[in-house]
Amino acid sequence: MGAEHIQTVEGRALPLRGEDIDTDRIMPARFLKSITFEGLDAHVFEDDRLEAKRSGRLHPFDEPTHQGASILVANRNFGTGSSREHAPQGLRRWGIRAIVAESFAEIFFGNSLMIGLPCVTASPSDVEKLMSVVERDPMAVLKIDLKAGRCQAPGVTITVLIPEHVRDSLMTGAWDTTGLLRDNYEQVNAVGAKLPYLSGF
Amino acid sequence: MGKTLLQKVWDLHKVRTLPTGSTQLFIGLHLIHEVTTPQAFDALRQRGWRVARPDRTFATVDHIVPTRERQRPFLDVMAEDMIASLERNCRDFGIPLYDIGDDRQGIVHVIGPELGLTQPGMTIACGDSHTSTHGAFGAVAFGIGTSQVRDVLASQCIAIEPLKVRRIRVVGRLPRGVYAKDVILTIIQRLGIGGGNGYAYEYAGDAIERMSMDERMTVCNMSIEGGARVGYVNPDETTFTYLEGRPFAPQGDAFAHARTWWQSMASDADAVYDDEVEIRAAELTPVVTWGVNPGQSIGIDGKVPLAAGTDQQSVADALSYMGLRAGQPIAGMKVDVAFIGSCTNGRLSDLREAAGIVRGQRVANGVKALVVPGSVSVQKAAEREGLDVTFRDAGFEWRDAGCSMCLGMNPDKLEGNQVCAASSNRNFKGRQGSPTGRTLLMSPAMVAAAAITGEVTDVRELLEQVPAGVR
Repeated sequence: MGAEHIQTVEGRALPLRGEDIDTDRIMPARFLKSITFEGLDAHVFEDDRLEAKRSGRLHPFDEPTHQGASILVANRNFGTGSSREHAPQGLRRWGIRAIVAESFAEIFFGNSLMIGLPCVTASPSDVEKLMSVVERDPMAVLKIDLKAGRCQAPGVTITVLIPEHVRDSLMTGAWDTTGLLRDNYEQVNAVGAKLPYLSGF
Repeated sequence: MGKTLLQKVWDLHKVRTLPTGSTQLFIGLHLIHEVTTPQAFDALRQRGWRVARPDRTFATVDHIVPTRERQRPFLDVMAEDMIASLERNCRDFGIPLYDIGDDRQGIVHVIGPELGLTQPGMTIACGDSHTSTHGAFGAVAFGIGTSQVRDVLASQCIAIEPLKVRRIRVVGRLPRGVYAKDVILTIIQRLGIGGGNGYAYEYAGDAIERMSMDERMTVCNMSIEGGARVGYVNPDETTFTYLEGRPFAPQGDAFAHARTWWQSMASDADAVYDDEVEIRAAELTPVVTWGVNPGQSIGIDGKVPLAAGTDQQSVADALSYMGLRAGQPIAGMKVDVAFIGSCTNGRLSDLREAAGIVRGQRVANGVKALVVPGSVSVQKAAEREGLDVTFRDAGFEWRDAGCSMCLGMNPDKLEGNQVCAASSNRNFKGRQGSPTGRTLLMSPAMVAAAAITGEVTDVRELLEQVPAGVR
């Protein structure tokens, strides 16, 4: 497989508080109107960021101290909503290389895996610990070790979970599935041939 | 021990267990549209691959199409670019496309069923989360992202994890004025918007069995709003009657054989479920969302909740965005726009229900009201019944088919912080095309009622003026 082997992700973190952050927040639909994913990084959380500016605040994605961060820390059910891959594509293009959250919406989780963006879960109290560390010291460097199932930050180490097959896919580069799915075409045809709705009732 | 429909379909379509432990699953029907596919076709071109099964791939245009002034090129150059890209991809790779101007064009989840492409026992994938709609036929249907669209195009397969099954039984009779939309909004409210993660929802019980295919599609459509990527109803006589005679349905003897096979794919009586939930239909009322996700809803008689407990911050944020006060009744909230349409509620029976409410009435002053049929076929059928005249006479705009104001990717958008009574599926912040727009999800009949009175209204009060059985 030509895909990158992802075993650890190390870098500064960006804490993004809030439950049920949906795909339309992450990437508003108007930015889906393009035939490429290029440039999506500029529009990540665009509406929230503009709203924050209007009320005199800075959205975490606009905080100067979080520029260059590569690990997103979020709360419950992150990425709920649409199947738009534009959401994880935008985050990855912005520079996010891993997400730690209490939980993820299923399609978002799968779409992230498809582009080699690990999503790991942690308990609410452990997520809170990470957020506190980063909010106190935005320069703190986190290290996620997929194999060990750990995320280390200065002064705190937490357990992170990732389904075994997802971890293996990321660590062996098998997350880029197309080649794998194409290499047994005869077997695929055999399955298709025995389906009555394809072979004729 | 019996099997569920999900297990039967899964076993039949499983190609192998991949080295990582995921399942390589064969996809029987791949539906595609203009928004989530261009990058997938590019990936195929870059690698010099063909589409594995163009005969099992069908395309239409829905997300970005204008619902009036549809002459080409579109005024919106980006929209034109996307449609032109899909046209080229379908031509180059030999995929049938139901384009603008074709009588079969419409929202992908409306045309699949009405053409008879969607059938029981199939696996169906599409780059859209509301693909769960097709589960109404007893198919296992789910939304996928663009990289997975690439995989299905290239291999007719997907790498996926097995799902657990939660059976949700809706028992008893739905009161008048309570619709399929209210059933699914209640389910989402009770189980939570993340409650279905890892599950397929099997909808069962006599209330579901009595539902038409249109109603079952409404229920299955919003499974994903409860976190369940897949939702399905076991196929039965209602399903078979719907399918008979459709263009892609088996004909003659083949139909009889198909019917036997379809029946055999339904969950066995002794199937074992990972979880079971029961909902009593008689207790349900019309439902309206008050917040910024589809789980934040209440009965029309209810009051907007107080911010309390673990969700305090989310509730407070939602109330602030919506401009609501805790404890305020939802009935009486003023609306600026009424939208009837979408893959959730843009079918003929939805338009009939709504037309029954608006007939002989007028849209309230200051309210912009529009009806967007889910497909050209729905539009024409409605016009044959004169529903377009009913809506127009009442002051509604009657548009051409597409996703329209469900997600505002075409010119149909909310403006500023307008409040929209919507028959669609998502009330996320900014969902309807204005970053500060506000959405109240409800049944099409409730949207019609809100359009007439200019505020959130209990449709049961208006129904008292319409004799039962008369639309």
